[in-house]
Amino acid sequence: MFSFCTDPALLEDLPWMACYLTTGKHMAFYASFGTVMLLLAITAPIALLFGFGGAVASRSQIAPLRWFGVGYTSMVRGIPDIAFFLFVPIALDQGLEWLRHQIRCPDWDMPVRQGSDFVVCDLAKLPLSNAPQWVHESYGFGTAVLAFAVVFGAFAANVIQGAMTAVPRAQMETAEAYGMSRRQAFWRILVPQMWVYALPGLSNLWQILVKATPLLFLLGVEDIVYWARELGGSKTSIFTYPHPDWRLWYFLFLLVFYLVLTQVSEMVFARLTRRLSLGQPTAGGEALRKAPA
Amino acid sequence: MSCWQTVQDYGLRSLGIGERLLPRADITLCEQVTLIGSGMIWNVYFGAIALIAGFFFAVALAMGKASPRAVVRKPCDWFIFLFRGSPLFIQFFLAYEALTLLPRSGLDIPLGLVTLTVETSWLTRAWAGALLVLFLNTSAYSAEIFFGALRSIPKGESEAADAYGMAGWTKFRRITFPTMLRLGWPSYTNEAIFLFHATALVFFSSFPAWRQQGDALYYASYFADRTFNPFIPYPIFAGFFIVLTVCVILLFGRINRHLNRHLAPQSRPRLRIRPHMVR
Repeated sequence: MFSFCTDPALLEDLPWMACYLTTGKHMAFYASFGTVMLLLAITAPIALLFGFGGAVASRSQIAPLRWFGVGYTSMVRGIPDIAFFLFVPIALDQGLEWLRHQIRCPDWDMPVRQGSDFVVCDLAKLPLSNAPQWVHESYGFGTAVLAFAVVFGAFAANVIQGAMTAVPRAQMETAEAYGMSRRQAFWRILVPQMWVYALPGLSNLWQILVKATPLLFLLGVEDIVYWARELGGSKTSIFTYPHPDWRLWYFLFLLVFYLVLTQVSEMVFARLTRRLSLGQPTAGGEALRKAPA
Repeated sequence: MSCWQTVQDYGLRSLGIGERLLPRADITLCEQVTLIGSGMIWNVYFGAIALIAGFFFAVALAMGKASPRAVVRKPCDWFIFLFRGSPLFIQFFLAYEALTLLPRSGLDIPLGLVTLTVETSWLTRAWAGALLVLFLNTSAYSAEIFFGALRSIPKGESEAADAYGMAGWTKFRRITFPTMLRLGWPSYTNEAIFLFHATALVFFSSFPAWRQQGDALYYASYFADRTFNPFIPYPIFAGFFIVLTVCVILLFGRINRHLNRHLAPQSRPRLRIRPHMVR
């Protein structure tokens, strides 16, 4: 990075540190914070969408759809979500490969499961074995995002469903009295009003999503935990920058990062709640109305 | 090999009793159920001990956070902020790295004439180190719940206690503590479910499973890796956890009924089981 970094062995403490913290691997470490933010940015809307779908499905009048919705929303209650993070990516991977196997190689005569192996033809491999490295990495990231979205979608479905029932009944009755159809009342009355009731639960959920991001490491994505372990481990004198085991410091840094992240999001949600409470028939809205302008 | 034989061999494998080698080839359903069930011993151990010990610490923290004196309040505030604001996963890593830094030979504490040597190596093992982290973590979360309950104690009850001339320990024991517990109990139930689910993280963070003695998820993922078929071990694991969750809900529901036994039946708060979440 810096011009004086050519021979680190000769450097003093401070320049040594400056050079050490700007090596290529450290740059990858800093970039992996971007990976975490990217995961949050992609997962949050998808999970919200899944949650909305789940909540709508569990209110549906069609029985199978309702069963699916109720099953989806209640599955996360009894089972630790880490199990889902381990299960969903493998299951998804095998499911997709099996489907492609059926389509691309219809005349394959060996069973797919051979003892303890899962064998599909080469054309059905996901991603293809000759695909470039970035395809493999983004495929792994994609399955991770989907696993997160499935789990947090179920949480969000619980929150949104509660919010929908919290909208005052009189509002829906008024909509019916105005002659709105079920669909109209749902989209024009229920959905706009439910957000203020959903917000406390969703903000809680966001905090939990933030705190679940280190689990990316378990899914084999090169995230901040991966790099912290990689860089912090003790380096012998073969390496350009030898140092003892510094993992403790790296993890302390991650801890501070997460504390700042959760604290900032709490402040953002406090402002958002204030905005959404304006004019609502809730205690929060009432307090805002009475407060001197 | 009959299934009963498998249960005898692997039923207590997670404690190191029974067959040494884990099944490698031709894994049967019975072996999977037995070993994953055997791993549940660890989950129950971590959850139960951390919950019981954490309860007392949490009450103390909550009282500290409500204290008017800043010397007491600030440390409690910071403790709760630290453990609630950061992921449990990172806490496990950090604790493990910190505990391995302790000298291997033990700490020497000079006490005047004699020197006391404290063994520290056991702290890096999961049964102690992970338990410590879980204990501190659940204390922080429960303290926040109890603090909220403490603030929502009806003013009238506290005034009535004052009118009766109660103060200090008597008032706390007879009025503050029971009411706080009663108000905070539904949330505390969720926290307990949380905690049991969080125990599945132990062997997936940094604490190594010594001699392949791990928890239920450790064995479930072992089988998933061996057979390359996630569709059997993970549902077994899920089944065990659903049973555990139902047991926790039943137990806490009974305590909830006991705590609210003086209220009229229609005004008793019912337990609402909200989804658990990762930390």
